[in-house]
Amino acid sequence: MVVPLYHVLAFAGLLFTIGVLGVLFRRSAIIVFMSVEIMLNAVNLAFIAFSRYHGDVNGQVFVFFIMTLAAAEVAVGLAIIISLYRNLRTSDISEIRLMKH
Amino acid sequence: MADTLYLITLFPLLGFLINGLLGRWLSEKQSGLVASGAILGSFLVSAQLLLALIALPEGERLFTQNLFAWIPVGELSIPIGYRFDPLSAVMTLVVSGVGLLIHIYSIGYMHADPGIRRYFAFLNLFTFMMLSLVLADNLVLMFLGWEGVGLCSYLLIGFWFEDEAKARAGMKAFIVNRIGDAGFIIAMILLYDQFGTLSISKIAAAAPGAQLAQGFFTAVTLLMFLGATGKSAQIPLYVWLPDAMAGPTPVSALIHAATMVTAGVYLIARNSVLFSLAPATMSIVAFIGILTALYAATIAITQNDIKKVLAYSTISQLGYMFTAVGVGAFSAGIFHLMTHAFFKGLLFLGAGSVIHSMNGEQDMGRMGGLKNHMPTTHWTMLIGVLAIAGIPGLSGFFSKDEILWGAFSQHEGFSWIWLLGVVTAGLTAFYMFRLFFRTFYGDPVWEGTQKPHESPSVMTLPLVLLAFLSIFGGYVGIPAALGGSNPFHHFLEPVLASYPVHSTAAPHTTYRLELLLMLVSTLVVAGGIYYAYRVYIQQPSLAEDLAKRLGLLYRLSFNKYFVDEIYDRLIIKPFRMLATVTWEWFDVQIVDGAVNGSGHAVARMSGIVRKIQNGLIQHYASIILLGVIFILIYIYFD
Repeated sequence: MVVPLYHVLAFAGLLFTIGVLGVLFRRSAIIVFMSVEIMLNAVNLAFIAFSRYHGDVNGQVFVFFIMTLAAAEVAVGLAIIISLYRNLRTSDISEIRLMKH
Repeated sequence: MADTLYLITLFPLLGFLINGLLGRWLSEKQSGLVASGAILGSFLVSAQLLLALIALPEGERLFTQNLFAWIPVGELSIPIGYRFDPLSAVMTLVVSGVGLLIHIYSIGYMHADPGIRRYFAFLNLFTFMMLSLVLADNLVLMFLGWEGVGLCSYLLIGFWFEDEAKARAGMKAFIVNRIGDAGFIIAMILLYDQFGTLSISKIAAAAPGAQLAQGFFTAVTLLMFLGATGKSAQIPLYVWLPDAMAGPTPVSALIHAATMVTAGVYLIARNSVLFSLAPATMSIVAFIGILTALYAATIAITQNDIKKVLAYSTISQLGYMFTAVGVGAFSAGIFHLMTHAFFKGLLFLGAGSVIHSMNGEQDMGRMGGLKNHMPTTHWTMLIGVLAIAGIPGLSGFFSKDEILWGAFSQHEGFSWIWLLGVVTAGLTAFYMFRLFFRTFYGDPVWEGTQKPHESPSVMTLPLVLLAFLSIFGGYVGIPAALGGSNPFHHFLEPVLASYPVHSTAAPHTTYRLELLLMLVSTLVVAGGIYYAYRVYIQQPSLAEDLAKRLGLLYRLSFNKYFVDEIYDRLIIKPFRMLATVTWEWFDVQIVDGAVNGSGHAVARMSGIVRKIQNGLIQHYASIILLGVIFILIYIYFD
């Protein structure tokens, strides 16, 4: 059975929206961070779907790059969150307002 | 031969750099030796060049050297270029020669002063600037030297800047000079506009043939003369020179008597071609000159500060020089400039020697009877006062009488200038001998409080050498009427303009007249000396009687005609008021108001915008999202 492109894109859009809402409304820095990962993977899914649909391998190449980037981003991001927690004893981003004017 | 020309200015510049930058590592003695050695180098190079110059035939006596282009801007190119012709040769030798003696003297005079390295650095910088001024073949380079000597004058007048009055005297000199310098700058602009060059020799070559209105030359030369009145302390800008005596005495001798103040005379002689094309200016120069000579002499006769007397005497003698150039006797003016450098340098250094041994006392009323305590100073000073008074046989006589004869003979209407010149000569003899008698003769007023002593030989040697020059320096210019050939005049003649342009004087028939005039002026001078002798030696009480009898006149002269006070009321006070108004109203309210207002406006507006910066990441993220949505909508509907 061939899954139509439309379904996959709808699923990717759904995942992306979940990610956006997570970034906008959750307070825990870890969850916000995971939501960003969900958005990235939603984009990955869309890339794969288009790659298959067009028969072009370039889309899959992009996915590998994004995965590498995401891995690096996780390393840096978690390090920031840990050091924030160590300094401020919280990971609630509504309380972390160091850049307020 | 001309290859070594740059060395003349290079030595003092190096001396300045060594003393100025490395001075703290030099001992006092080394500092003085470096400074004097630098000037000695300049002097030797100049002397060698002068000999080479004399060896050339009369029409070819010129060395030039172009070092590099200093300001190349479009068609205007200002080179650092030197010109060594008879006129600048004389000036160079006077500056480096008298300068050398004064540097040596300073080693003794400034001994144990904590600022001695700074002193020698400034003195060397001054010599560098002065030599640049006289050697320049370009008005801009000359102006650099002109301003440079002004700067050094300011620095050295205010050398003891801890004393506020002295610091103020320095500022006064600088500001008064600035008025004259404005004239110089405008003259340069006018000349560039007409001739397209600022080279002195090119302008001099182009000017006589140029089809220009008479008014142009009058305007340019008058503006230059304004600059000269500032630098050379002539009416109306002379007021800074008496105050300039606040500086160390060797500085007064070098800058405010022998060299810098004569720069105005040199400026006119250097541009004699331009001046000879403007008869109106020439008359004004002669008039101002003789007026200044007489005016300053009448002030000098009542002053009690030994340096003030010499300062007014300098103004008066500079007046003579301007009279000379004003009547067209340019070489006589330069001749007097040279002899004046000798005898006035000597007098200032002698006065410095007296002040040195009296522990800084400058009031002649507290001196007297110093003859036996300082014999060398006494004898050399005697030669100085005889020379400045114009006793036959000494240098001052030849130069002064050449000026007086020039005034009498060159122009029909100028014989009254001769008369005023003779009156001034009598006054000069009187006040110089007044100074001499009150200092070295009479009752010692200081007894018990002071221990006067002769100065060390490092100070008396320059005195002796200058005394020698004050006698024999005039023998290069013995006039034909006295059987001489006046080689000085013939040496300078090729580089100076002749004025009036078509001279019709027949010299041989007038020798007898010239001798008669010399006799008259000598008799007047002898009268002045005798009167000083009578008043200050024979009957010391006579001086006070006279002061009482002359009441008003005496007070006018003693208070310098209240000119400082008049300037204060007429110029300084209104100017300060204007400055205060523009400061407190225009500057504070309008200018500051506009600047501060725009600052406040920006701050207030940013106050509104910065509310967005609340530090919540999610807030920022939602703004990004809104932006993305907006862009998508735009792309979709476009």
